[in-house]
Amino acid sequence: MKKAVGFALCLMLLGGCGQRKEDLNTVTLWHWMTDRQKAFEELARRYEETTGIKVKIDLYAPSDAYTQRVVASAQSHVLPDIYGILDKKEIFASFIESGFVADLTEVFHKDDAAWEKSLFAKALDVNRFSEGNIYKVKPGIYGVPIDVTNIQMLYNKKLLAKAGIKNPPRTFQELLDAGQALKRVGIAGLVSGWGEIWMIDCFASNYAFNIMGEEKVMATYRGEVPYTDPDWIKVFNIFRELRDKGVLAEGIVTKPNKYAEQDFALERAAFAFNGSWCVNVYGDMNQKLEYGAMLPPPVNPNRPMRIWGGAGSSFVVNNASPRKDKAVAFLKWLTEKDQQAFLAGETKNLPSNREALASIPAILSQFAGVMDQTTHPTVWPYNEDAVVTEKFDKGIQSIIIGEKTPEEVAREVQEVKERELKKTKQ
Amino acid sequence: MNINSFSWPRLQDNLKNFSFAFPAIIIFSIFYIYPFFDIFRLSFHQWNGITPSMKYVGLQNFRELMGDAVWWQAMGHAAYITLIALTFQNILAFALALACDREIRMRRFYRVVFFIPPVLSEVVVGLIWQWILYAGMQDGQHIGLLNYWLTQTGLPQLAHNWLSDPKTALTCIAVVHCWKGFGWGFIMLLAGLQTIDRQLYEAARVDGANSWKLFTNVTVPMMVPVMLVVVILTVLGSMQVFVLVLSMVGQGLGYHTEVPVTRILAAMTGTNRFGYACAMGVNFGVILIMVSVAFKSLSGRLKQA
Repeated sequence: MKKAVGFALCLMLLGGCGQRKEDLNTVTLWHWMTDRQKAFEELARRYEETTGIKVKIDLYAPSDAYTQRVVASAQSHVLPDIYGILDKKEIFASFIESGFVADLTEVFHKDDAAWEKSLFAKALDVNRFSEGNIYKVKPGIYGVPIDVTNIQMLYNKKLLAKAGIKNPPRTFQELLDAGQALKRVGIAGLVSGWGEIWMIDCFASNYAFNIMGEEKVMATYRGEVPYTDPDWIKVFNIFRELRDKGVLAEGIVTKPNKYAEQDFALERAAFAFNGSWCVNVYGDMNQKLEYGAMLPPPVNPNRPMRIWGGAGSSFVVNNASPRKDKAVAFLKWLTEKDQQAFLAGETKNLPSNREALASIPAILSQFAGVMDQTTHPTVWPYNEDAVVTEKFDKGIQSIIIGEKTPEEVAREVQEVKERELKKTKQ
Repeated sequence: MNINSFSWPRLQDNLKNFSFAFPAIIIFSIFYIYPFFDIFRLSFHQWNGITPSMKYVGLQNFRELMGDAVWWQAMGHAAYITLIALTFQNILAFALALACDREIRMRRFYRVVFFIPPVLSEVVVGLIWQWILYAGMQDGQHIGLLNYWLTQTGLPQLAHNWLSDPKTALTCIAVVHCWKGFGWGFIMLLAGLQTIDRQLYEAARVDGANSWKLFTNVTVPMMVPVMLVVVILTVLGSMQVFVLVLSMVGQGLGYHTEVPVTRILAAMTGTNRFGYACAMGVNFGVILIMVSVAFKSLSGRLKQA
């Protein structure tokens, strides 16, 4: 009896070591967007009905946990057929270099580039590696945008009227004046999730582009312009002015974006700095909220304001997947007009397919209207070293809490920059 | 080894015994020994966590770490939280354990109540306390519970931006950490108190000892081993705090609320320096082992005394 049990156990162990038979008709998709799970599931159901291919939608939230999961799965070569890379372009490039991402250029260029043309160019750019890119990745398109986004300022019409402000501010000075007017009537000014440092980075980079232009920003990243340059001091100074004039809401530096969204939706602050995804979030929190979107008011009127935007969420296809073609086909179907219109309607996000823009709500149109003014670190020819960026963002937090001056922060960031440049040269 | 002592039956017996331990050894090796050595190996490399290739850099990560002011600042913050936990948290836990060890009314109820915070998720605790300590206002009224309560009780001057002021943020985190953690100490100390033979107290009372003498000459000496376990666990738990930090202040407040684990996370996922993060992990692990060994030897000495 004992021998029989032992033999059975050995067989089970050996069986477990054997290769599992691949299910070639089930495509697995991993995503991080809690607000889109139901819509994705519905679309997956429709896709199965039409094609017979099952799409398994797995949600892993929040995005930090998702990123960790994707990185860990890449390390152990167990990535799903479709997934997203929520990281810097440098890391995206590492995924490609390691053979984890399929090159979709050919599919996009098929039939006179019909698929490529149907999508917003800005959204595709985020997934594109151009000729001579610094990451040395083979030029091409490596991801599929399923929506587009941009990050702007929002204003609460009712609260501005309460403070006697007739029009949303058009210049930075007007923003400071509005902040003071709001403070006089006990209303908080600007709220944003600056407890998440990438949002500070985004706001600062908007103004860096406005004050000194893209070329000078890139020159700084290349190490040719120091952070102690007067233009960078001006960028840091923006945060000091916002703090000194009482424009920033209490506790902004420790606020996660979820809380900041709650503050704006519940009318505790008159301005917010947030992405187009907020339309869905605010709608869920307060349907009576009357608000509009505007570009952050420029400091330099002679240069256009550039905001972060492009692909909101993109998916890539696992290059090692035996279901690669099926995964690509599903993504192609997902970005077609009907599916995009459904997603936009259900989740109030901007569709990546141009033709699906016709039926979006008015507030989303305000976001869609400035897509031409968007830019994003993933499309810049150079990116700042992550260690320098961390020092930069933490430095801005120090300015906001009144601990350091813009000059001190500029000096400290430059020191880190020089140290990292020296390391790179070594 | 005497060759004559070798016998097949004994070898078979030993192998049979070993085969029972083998699965556990395999599991232990895969999930504990291998990661430990891999982290050690990675700490000598420069790697972004994705690419198959990594660059060997020798001790460079450790050299950089020694001069990383933010890392040591984070270590100082963890030490500060640990100090508050060792004093405030453990004294509170011991006082409550002493109270519940006596014949008081509803002591079972108190035991359950005091053990609620430790079983709550740290994220939930962090978010609840963030709401309590919230500094925002609406229609001229504080929304945060603490500031609202201070205003209502005639102490508006004490209302404060608790989590966004570098002077108070870390202390707030430390206090919440104590609030969440004291239940463990309470349960362990209470269990320790209940193992003390009641006859010792009776004998001491017969000898004329008052309550204070009973406490200092009977309770404390008998509780030393338990107290040391509680202290070691408090140190290890407090030094590794990070979920509370992330849920209460996010990545905010410059470097004022950084603790070692948030730095390791920042190096891993923020700046994608896996090798450096592993060096941090090794350094942090060594420090924690040293602290534990120090307490262990202290425990031995106290037991002898």
